[in-house]
Amino acid sequence: MKEIMVRAIYCEMLGYEASFSYIHAIKLAQQGSAIEKRVGYLAVSLFLNESHDLLLLLVNTVLKDLQSTNLIEVCMALTVVSQLFPKDMIPAILPLVEEKLTNPKEIIRRKAVLALHKFYLIAPNQVQHIHSKFRKALCDKDPGVMTASLHIYLQLIKNPDSYKDLTGSFVAILRQVVGGKLPVDFNYHNVPAPWLQIQLLRILSLLGKDDQSTSELMYEVLDESLRRAEMNHNITYAILYECVKAIYTIYPKSELLEKAAKCIGNFVVSPKINLKYLGLKALTYVVQQDASLALQHQMTIIECLDHSDSIIKRETLEVLFRITNVKNVAVIVEKMLDFLKNVFMEPDILFLLYVGCFPLLSDTYSPNNEWFIQTMNVVFSLGGELMHPDIPNNFLRLLAQGFGSEEEEQQQLRVFAVDSYLTLLESDTAHLPQRFLQVISWALGEFSYLKDGLEPCKVTKLLAKLLDERNVTSESRSWILSAMAKLSAGPGAAALALQVSERYSSSLDTVLRQQALELLHLSQDPELHARFFHLWHVQVDSSLSFLDSFVSEALSQGAAPYKAPHQRQEELRQEKALSLEPYSISLPVSLSSCSITDRQSPTLLSMSSSLSGNSNELKAGSSTLKLEGVKRVWGKEGYLHQQDAVEEAAQVEEAATPALPLSPQQGGAESQQTHGDLTVVEQEKQKLASSLFVGLGSQNSTFLMGKSDSTSQQFRRKTRAADSTSSGVSERSSSSSHSSCSDFLHNNLLEDSQNSLNTQKIGVSNGTHEGPVTQSFQTTSKETSPFLDAGMVLVQPCSPQTELRDFVQPGSSGITQTSLRSQFPPELSQLPHSDISLLSSDHSLSLSACRAYRDDALLFVIILSNCSQSSTNGLSVQLDCKHIFETFSTLIQVEPHTQVTVAGSVSYRAVPGHTQTLQFTDKLFLTDFIRPLTLSTEEYGKLWLSFSQDVRQNLKLIQGEGDPLRATLSALKEQLQLHIVDIIGSEGIVACRLLPDSPCLLHCRIHGGSLAVWLRSPLLSLPDCLLYYCQKTLEEC
Amino acid sequence: ARACRSDSRREDFSRTPMMQFMLLFSRQGKLRLQKWYVPLSDKEKKKITRELVQTVLARKPKMCSFLEWRDLKIVYKRYASLYFCCAIEDQDNELITLEIIHRYVELLDKYFGSVCELDIIFNFEKAYFILDEFLLGGEAQETSKKNVLKAIEQADLLQEVCCSLPSSLGGVARCHERQDVSTARSSQTE
Repeated sequence: MKEIMVRAIYCEMLGYEASFSYIHAIKLAQQGSAIEKRVGYLAVSLFLNESHDLLLLLVNTVLKDLQSTNLIEVCMALTVVSQLFPKDMIPAILPLVEEKLTNPKEIIRRKAVLALHKFYLIAPNQVQHIHSKFRKALCDKDPGVMTASLHIYLQLIKNPDSYKDLTGSFVAILRQVVGGKLPVDFNYHNVPAPWLQIQLLRILSLLGKDDQSTSELMYEVLDESLRRAEMNHNITYAILYECVKAIYTIYPKSELLEKAAKCIGNFVVSPKINLKYLGLKALTYVVQQDASLALQHQMTIIECLDHSDSIIKRETLEVLFRITNVKNVAVIVEKMLDFLKNVFMEPDILFLLYVGCFPLLSDTYSPNNEWFIQTMNVVFSLGGELMHPDIPNNFLRLLAQGFGSEEEEQQQLRVFAVDSYLTLLESDTAHLPQRFLQVISWALGEFSYLKDGLEPCKVTKLLAKLLDERNVTSESRSWILSAMAKLSAGPGAAALALQVSERYSSSLDTVLRQQALELLHLSQDPELHARFFHLWHVQVDSSLSFLDSFVSEALSQGAAPYKAPHQRQEELRQEKALSLEPYSISLPVSLSSCSITDRQSPTLLSMSSSLSGNSNELKAGSSTLKLEGVKRVWGKEGYLHQQDAVEEAAQVEEAATPALPLSPQQGGAESQQTHGDLTVVEQEKQKLASSLFVGLGSQNSTFLMGKSDSTSQQFRRKTRAADSTSSGVSERSSSSSHSSCSDFLHNNLLEDSQNSLNTQKIGVSNGTHEGPVTQSFQTTSKETSPFLDAGMVLVQPCSPQTELRDFVQPGSSGITQTSLRSQFPPELSQLPHSDISLLSSDHSLSLSACRAYRDDALLFVIILSNCSQSSTNGLSVQLDCKHIFETFSTLIQVEPHTQVTVAGSVSYRAVPGHTQTLQFTDKLFLTDFIRPLTLSTEEYGKLWLSFSQDVRQNLKLIQGEGDPLRATLSALKEQLQLHIVDIIGSEGIVACRLLPDSPCLLHCRIHGGSLAVWLRSPLLSLPDCLLYYCQKTLEEC
Repeated sequence: ARACRSDSRREDFSRTPMMQFMLLFSRQGKLRLQKWYVPLSDKEKKKITRELVQTVLARKPKMCSFLEWRDLKIVYKRYASLYFCCAIEDQDNELITLEIIHRYVELLDKYFGSVCELDIIFNFEKAYFILDEFLLGGEAQETSKKNVLKAIEQADLLQEVCCSLPSSLGGVARCHERQDVSTARSSQTE
């Protein structure tokens, strides 16, 4: 029988039906010998679930076994009880289980505690009375029982107030555990009872939440567990993570927070993907308290965005979302969209995305309407039907109300929307989701008049086409019809509307039929249309004064005076104390009355009941209101002036509103208020995150281990442009001093150049030529930065700056090294620089270039010389931006690059009206971007551990007099600009950085006759590339 | 979003144990062991199993051991040809779950000598017994390896002879598999 049962379990696992054996399993548990019983119980626990009827048959067996004298049988019974037991039968066995809490055997005590835990989970009120026994279990001398009791406490303490007195005990237990007071066999990988520790940490964090005095008790022990947990195994990371979580949950203490932040740092930079994930997860809640932490890990975050594992990406987006602000929203949203396109649909992310759009909108200084509309289009078409209904509703409200910006901008936004929707409708509409179609039709109906030269007829035609599409649902159709009703005034549109309404007035769908008829009437009677929509759009007599006489008449005839609905509800509630609460809560004041009024009209009743969406209900309601709204001022309750006014107002503002959390009665006011809230929150975020980006931008980067990559490309391009501006400015000021020393300027050229200067609109009074040149560079770079005009994101370059300096030095016909050197700008001549090399020349102009090495940048100097005697004007320099603008470190990530090519051209006019161009190319080497990195040995050690990219190679040693290691390293230092951190015995450590701040560490050791070099860097191929140069240098020595 | 997600879930899920279920399946997607700590219908169980097995098998070895699935967090780890897969809630600690899996593997290893997939196929009821001693009702019951094994041994003493294993069949394949399990293990334990 036992064998058969085992087979049955196996069959069930493979997915075959074996329900016939269930009863046999119970029988086996009941009647079999001890061995069979065991299998029987196992089978029962696997086959049945809590609600299964057969489970009742087991109760008796369990009862019997609990009373057994055989230890094993009791254990089995307790095991099955703690896995599944019918809720109703708990009282039957509860006394027996309780009794087991005092059993001398710890295994039985432990299982009894867990059984009670199970009971607590399924029926908490049945174990209320034994809380004192739980306390006893907590103080059990066996750590196993104590651990088990913590499960119960973790559940209990979800409601912490009555357990604050236990904090001391928990802290004491944790201290003991951390101190290694438990028996050794509770250790796991040399960590004392990690599960116990984590359980305790969680309990503590629950206890200490928002409670300073309780939190103070635990600071010390938290600090200790942080200290004790050495980074060596996953399990310690698990504890650390829990510790950090606890520290951030309880009442904050700056000292601990600091340590925790450091811990998270270790997680995030860890090469282990699991730790990275946890680090990001920790960041998501930490950045809300302290965004500067995200700043520190900016580069890692950016790197994680491009991670191949989507879960990491997701988590990163979540972090990013939390630091969204005006400046970075475009980029973050773009990232999210990318993610959405690649991964299956996630309504969550969509929601994030939508919320993420707000900051940009709330900023009145730089609203980027077009971008917003485009993004929303993508969101709508990607989101499809999965999207949260709030999103389209809110969006429409935004369109209708604007977001507190000026009228002009609002109109602009609407025009953008109309434009983009028209284009969408003109193309294939089959793939557009229904919700998007609804949004489109509403927006077109409402705002297409704003666009000049757009015939309503054309829009109506498009809508009619849409109406006939097969896959459009009737819900969307009714949206489209009401849009057509709004547009039906125009001459061409009326005819079309007639057609449409004829077709749909026989529709089986009552809603559609109703709307078609409305459309018919409205399109036929332009006066009605005008009056109606005029009324609609502009104003409502909110006091309904024209009805006063009617009211007074009614009153004089004995009608009851009007009472406001809340008043009535109050009275009702007083009358019968029965719970009317759900009504009073869900239908606050005017909403309730509003919906009641709606119900008055039978047509409306049918309409609203036939429609599903909440939003649509109102929408449809409003469209009929248009026809008969004015009449229905009187409801069952009497005079409705107040509510109606609000109702109308609300509808004017947002025909399709009610976002669930907002009650329409407060309509605009509330939405604006929430908006206000949002801005306040956003401002705060902005403050944090702008500090984030400004911090990032500050060149003297505090974090060296950053890795720049293509993600922030947009940033970078932009900033480059910005930077070139600033360099342009400095250029001009510096050039004024320079030009005075370049006294061999030809006068005629000077004049010409001034002309060109004027065309470029730069007033450089002393007439040097740098102005136009820089300027033209600026313009080119401007073109490459699509976001510049939006005035967004200001990150300083994290890349080698390529400041362009051009000096046109005409007239010096014979170009020699010396003459060139004399032309070399004095402020650059102090910098180390490469030889000036002639790149190209023609009969009138020659172009040379050189590279000057500044500490934080590489300056690429272009020197132009006029070698003819005639004047040259219309000079402009173009650089092939692609290579310049991509940073070296970006390049290096894609594939190992040891050099980049710079290409460009100079165009000028030697003869008026005849433009000539001079092409040139030059190469920039990796070594040009390498700078020494000054570090202490300790810092080196830390950095070393945090890097993942790892390359080892044996290199040639330089055999000279003295120490070969020293000689080799100093050769490397000279050639490659490395920094020797330390030399200890036969080992040396060397550090350098790739501009701007990608470090690379070298560990060199004499091994046999060669130099064993071990390179580490956060950048993928930097070690390889650097190694190539080391090799080359040493070969040459 | 996470905050609001977990808020909304707190209501319904607060009464669930830490671990919702545990699945063991082979690289071919065959289920080897399943343990459910939350009541679900058979149909749901099958659906979840099918979806999860597909999702997990599709993941590359270098990828993260955690994934978000529906509103659960899945923690999985591969040992030789077997995938161990646990479902926990979002606010639970993923790493410690990973270590629970590891501890379970250690226990199996200790019990079977040097465990391989075939041990679990032919003695899956034993594997269940061990699991029941280690995790009970979705919570860690006993974290001391020694105590768990002691409990199992005591229970086994009752079973004088165990003949459920057709050893002639398992023998050859077992030697083969065992080797790759132990190499995998050594790398896992670091």
